Amino acid sequence: MKARVYVMPKTGVLDPQGKAIGNALEGLGFGGVRDVRAGKVIELDLAEADPAQAKQIAEDMARKLLANTVIESFRVEIV
Amino acid sequence: MKAAIIVFPGTNRERDMRLALKRASGREPVMLFHREAALPQGLDLVVLPGGFSYGDYLRCGAMAAQSPIMRAVVDFAAAGGHVLGVCNGFQIMIEAGLLPGGLLRNATLRFLSMDCRLRVERAATPFTGLWQKGDCFRAPMAHGDGNYFADDATLDRLEGEDLVAFRYVDEAGQATEAANRNGSARNIAGILSPNLRVCGLMPHPEDLVDPLMGGIDGLPMFESLAQRFVAA
Repeated sequence: MKARVYVMPKTGVLDPQGKAIGNALEGLGFGGVRDVRAGKVIELDLAEADPAQAKQIAEDMARKLLANTVIESFRVEIV
Repeated sequence: MKAAIIVFPGTNRERDMRLALKRASGREPVMLFHREAALPQGLDLVVLPGGFSYGDYLRCGAMAAQSPIMRAVVDFAAAGGHVLGVCNGFQIMIEAGLLPGGLLRNATLRFLSMDCRLRVERAATPFTGLWQKGDCFRAPMAHGDGNYFADDATLDRLEGEDLVAFRYVDEAGQATEAANRNGSARNIAGILSPNLRVCGLMPHPEDLVDPLMGGIDGLPMFESLAQRFVAA
């Protein structure tokens, strides 16, 4: 079972990387970009075959290591 | 003072730290590799030095925080042991849950390699005993992710319990925005645990402990620690 973990800076947490990307897009002539947030995606290939179980395992992994929940939020998707 | 310095793959400031501890205490600290599962008996102080442990993979300090030795360091701190973390060491402490908050990318996105000025916010701790509250000193810094962050409740608690150790200040000793180059919440450069025995900070006091380095501004931190453990 494959799981995808999306890790994003929490709302309200400064995301200077996203800001810089936004500025660069503007510099390239892309108007109308209101906000950019940059995070990361982590793909896991899990031995677990049950989707609900796999999701729970991935969420546990995210809480313990993949995301720092003080500054980041996460979302798990089973694919 | 019996001190140990923890070395992870990618740590690069362990020798600076050894020099500072040796100079202040006269005793050579032991170097411990990340794979060790236990600390030697009778240690007074554990130091997590600066560097780029595990190539800063995932988040700065996140991998090191999971290494076998860190379980022993967390237990040591829980039993009342003294732990100092500088730069990457501070990041590792935060990732290991030894201190609250998070360290974000510097607000400017730039790696900062320059001197800063720190103001001592809490004196009479094992780390700041030879300073007075309000004393200012110079400290080199070299980091890309030193932007201290915590939610308002945590920041209020840190301030309410007087657990902010150092703040970034300007030449006049004022905690201005301009002096806060990495964008840290409330100019916080270093914090303490409630029992005052765990201290983490981003700048490098160990890199100003000898006139040959250009000054001895950072020496009081290590002499404070050494004095505490001479008396013990």
